[in-house]
Amino acid sequence: MRDMLKLFLAVTIFSAISGGLLSLVRSSTQARIEYQQLKFVKGPTLKEIMKGCQNDPIVDRFKLKYGKTHKTIFVGIFNGKPKAIALEAFGKGFGGEIGVIVGIDVDSNKIIGIGVTTHHETPGVGSRTKTDPSFRAQFKGLSVMQVFKVKADGGQIDAVTGATISSRGVCQAVNNAIAIYKKLRPEILKKLKTFKS
Amino acid sequence: MPKGIIHEFTKGLWEEVPPFRLVLGLCPTLAVTKTVENAVGMGMAVIFVLTCSNIIVSLLRNLIPKQVRIACFIVVIATFVTIVELVMQAFTYPLYLKLGIFIPLIVVNCILLGRAEAFASKNSVILSLADGLGIGIGYTLSLSTLASFREILGYGTFYHIPVFGPSFKPFSFMVKAPGAFVCLGLMLCIMNMLKKK
Repeated sequence: MRDMLKLFLAVTIFSAISGGLLSLVRSSTQARIEYQQLKFVKGPTLKEIMKGCQNDPIVDRFKLKYGKTHKTIFVGIFNGKPKAIALEAFGKGFGGEIGVIVGIDVDSNKIIGIGVTTHHETPGVGSRTKTDPSFRAQFKGLSVMQVFKVKADGGQIDAVTGATISSRGVCQAVNNAIAIYKKLRPEILKKLKTFKS
Repeated sequence: MPKGIIHEFTKGLWEEVPPFRLVLGLCPTLAVTKTVENAVGMGMAVIFVLTCSNIIVSLLRNLIPKQVRIACFIVVIATFVTIVELVMQAFTYPLYLKLGIFIPLIVVNCILLGRAEAFASKNSVILSLADGLGIGIGYTLSLSTLASFREILGYGTFYHIPVFGPSFKPFSFMVKAPGAFVCLGLMLCIMNMLKKK
């Protein structure tokens, strides 16, 4: 009995110390890890969308409650004014979900750019929604007061050749992002006032 | 005493070099030796975990009850591996993405448990430190050697720096899984030939 207790105690103490140590390390690295993940996964796309901004949109970000989840909103400062935001939404593609970041000018309600972040589309076909700049460029400057569709569905976007389903998924993601933007707009505007150039 | 320390340190570099003499830790040896950068990153992680776990196990060798020693060793090793994983995510995120699952898998690497059980639990702290460093550095050097062959022949680069002219046709077999087995086999063969002499 005495021995049993000793074994029990040894393992318990070991696990407790290890658990405590790990939670310490985790809490001290968490903010940095989140920044690194955003920087390497969404960073390149975000930079492309926010071309010419004076700040680092990954640093200037905030979270807003949307339904049951929280949406991260990235802020772009142009000419000393926080006038652009970017957020990510998802659409259904050929091989799974397509993540798209949509940048929106909050003054004119126009899209300043979009970019695909994560996808599982066919390499060389659906993946061109991410890599083909002319496909992305079609969204630029369009008002958010419309629903985006590919031309095959009677819309305004030229699909990437051979990748109608992927292109449709991108449109769906853009529409979702716009829906989120419209719903959160008053809160976004309020938050933007707290950002200085 | 100093002679003992030097012996414990140098045995890991040649006599008991892990993948080629002990033939342990082969899973990461095959998986992460596509490029020298990955091999060095993996090696660094192993050096840190192995040295720290050797020190802790050796310090506590009289406190750990015999019956639950393996469980305690695993807790110690797993703690350090998780620390490495978090720190890597926070500071070298691209490397973390490349090494992926092989970082957490260090926990089940036979080298670590083997050194804890066979060496650190029976020897003084200083000797265990020397042993851990020696084996760890030996492991890193072996991975790097293997990775140099594979990277130079498979991609025509060394640490991402091109070594051949633009006319070089990469021998892509080397950076695929079968190439890893062939390379490892040849290395083992060379090591055995050297030993026989």
